Amino acid sequence: MSLKRIEKNVLAGKRLNPEDARALFESEDIFTIGRLANTVAERKNGNNAYFVQNHHINPTNICVNRCKFCAFSRSKGDEGAYELTIKQIINKLRKHVGARHAVPSHSQSTSFSEVHIVGGLHPDWGIDFYLDMLGSIKKNFPGLHIKAFTAVEIDYLSKMSGLSLRKTLTALQEAGLESMPGGGAEIFSGPVRNRICPEKISGRRWLTVMETAHRVGIKSNATMLYGHVEQYRHRIDHMAKLRDLQDRTGGFQAFIPLAFHPKNTTIEGARYTSGIDDLKTIAISRLFLDNFPHIKAYWIMLGEKIAQLALKFGADDLDGTIIEEKITHSAGALSGVAMTRKELVNLIQQAGKISVERDSFYRAIQ
Amino acid sequence: MDRHISRKKQTPRITRKKGLQLLKNADLLELGSLADSMRKSLHRSKDVSFIVDRNINYTNVCINKCKFCAFYREEGDSDAYILTKRKLFQKIRETLALGGTQILMQGGLHSGLGLDYYIDLLRSIKKKFPVHVHGFSPPEITYIAETARLSIKETLLALREAGLDSIPGGGAEILSDRVREQVSPKKIRSGQWLRVMEEAHGIGMKTTATMMFGTVEGPEDIIEHLHALRGLQDRTGGFTAFIPWSFQPMNTELNKRSAVSGQRSATQKSKNHRIHPATAVEYLRVLALSRVYLDNVPNIQASWVTQGLKMAQVALRFGANDFGSTMIEENVVAAAGVKYCAAVTDIVSAIRGAGFRPVQRDMYYNIINNDL
Ligand code: SF4
Ligand code: SF4
Repeated sequence: MSLKRIEKNVLAGKRLNPEDARALFESEDIFTIGRLANTVAERKNGNNAYFVQNHHINPTNICVNRCKFCAFSRSKGDEGAYELTIKQIINKLRKHVGARHAVPSHSQSTSFSEVHIVGGLHPDWGIDFYLDMLGSIKKNFPGLHIKAFTAVEIDYLSKMSGLSLRKTLTALQEAGLESMPGGGAEIFSGPVRNRICPEKISGRRWLTVMETAHRVGIKSNATMLYGHVEQYRHRIDHMAKLRDLQDRTGGFQAFIPLAFHPKNTTIEGARYTSGIDDLKTIAISRLFLDNFPHIKAYWIMLGEKIAQLALKFGADDLDGTIIEEKITHSAGALSGVAMTRKELVNLIQQAGKISVERDSFYRAIQ
Repeated sequence: MDRHISRKKQTPRITRKKGLQLLKNADLLELGSLADSMRKSLHRSKDVSFIVDRNINYTNVCINKCKFCAFYREEGDSDAYILTKRKLFQKIRETLALGGTQILMQGGLHSGLGLDYYIDLLRSIKKKFPVHVHGFSPPEITYIAETARLSIKETLLALREAGLDSIPGGGAEILSDRVREQVSPKKIRSGQWLRVMEEAHGIGMKTTATMMFGTVEGPEDIIEHLHALRGLQDRTGGFTAFIPWSFQPMNTELNKRSAVSGQRSATQKSKNHRIHPATAVEYLRVLALSRVYLDNVPNIQASWVTQGLKMAQVALRFGANDFGSTMIEENVVAAAGVKYCAAVTDIVSAIRGAGFRPVQRDMYYNIINNDL
């Protein structure tokens, strides 16, 4: 099927419908799809490709959910289960931030600008632990942006504390939470979700948490885990729901398609996605999610090669130069553990883009 | 399958100038789509072939000491070796047991090994095993000829008589002497590489051709390389496939000493001590351009060994129609720190996952198994 009509609509700035998205997924014309996605990306972000220097902390891998595809989590008492104290978290950050940042200062000359905190659903930790954690990080590193907690964790904290979602979120916000990552979205479709992560909150609940967060002024990202047992229509349905919510709140910053990594997990029949599917999915998300400012090719998940190519297929963000991403790595990601800033900049430039180091709100950092 | 390509149906040949312009300026996707159409016009559009074979490095001792090579040792080094026949036969036996049809024999230039050694080796292999021997790249052929004081042709005839079936395209690196002087000064010159291949084609032996890029070459050097291959292929038709791969910079002289005096490829300006490996975008550009430029070479291989399976899948839409070899053993690349384990099943499922039909082939690109 020819993509002519879709091309016309894209160039005219018209919104694609689910049938268009389906035609794109079923098309083999990756060159047209990539070119169109790149055109849209350039309209939104010029020739920029962003990256951020952030640091990841996973406070605990103990989780009551034990999702099937999660190779990171443990049950309490399992070998390899760990929980960090707040002091340990501060020390980890201090080691990476260096002394400059440890004193209250307005200095923006930080080696990294954002800490990204996600972890398991700990059976004993209540919201107080998290409020303390946020408070101490803010006290010790006032200039550091805290991006933390997936919708799954927020839902859990709200239940544990008996507070409404709104109250939970505002309490965390007051303690220092500034934005949220997009994890835990997986695939919204009920039947698929039941096969891959029945333990996890429903798609609807995930969207409600995000809507509430956006309403209290917390920006977030949104992910999609693809390449397991879902079909194209599930991906499209997933993106359509995100697009609707974004129409209402405008609170999403980036969409992050995540390729499923079958190693170490127990979902039957799952294989690695093809590099071609990865690029198409990036491109189609850029075309379909016309109200999302950014599409992120998360290089730690995609591998640096596919992530670089993604910059030619509509992505405008590679995420961080970082280090210590336990959730990804225990699920068998393909890429190396860390990339230097120089390597990342080189990748971006070789893709013909302008590398821009950004803060958590996509403002350029010198 | 066709081994020679009729160029009748095709668009006019790309000139040197146009090739250079495409390599320097064309958008990646534009280049990819040109290469993809070319692939489709040359091949059954859904077939992607591969060969089950094993790379056997009979010795790692080498007098050449190329700066990019992490594999060679000097005689007397504790891990220098010459493979014993017993081990060699064992490897061949394993290869055949895995459904393999071919061995790729390559090694260093060992001053202690003469023509007799090779003849004996080939004869003893052929006496025992029904296996295709793809072996000895032009630097090795040249070295064997020199030490035996024979012409290249005489050497090739003697080796073929003993059982050599075809010649791999290794040692080509970049067929530009300006580049060779910097990365492999002791290795045979471009002209010699081409001469060996021409002689081989002349006696009816098929060969492949390679290109290793991502060191100190510029776009002009890449075009020079492709142009030389295309010219030779016009005369002989002896190349079955072209295999571009990018330099893997860890663990080598070139990287350690920053031995490279000057220019890096067009866009690379950094003067750091470490050469950045060619990125995915650069790899695909070169691959796609090769497909378009080498209109008379039937097959283009994706290098999953250096690029990984996902990239090799993408390469299938940027001009490649072949996944190369299963590389049961790849010492040369593995020693440089790249390790991808891909058994036949991984390759088959990668090809399928990319939307193609995997077929097992022999060295001549005859399909020997399409029921995988
Ligand atoms: S994916 Fe998240 S919620 Fe599920 S087990 Fe892992 S840490 Fe727990
Ligand atoms: S690349 Fe070949 S010729 Fe050069 S040092 Fe290594 S083994 Fe010897």
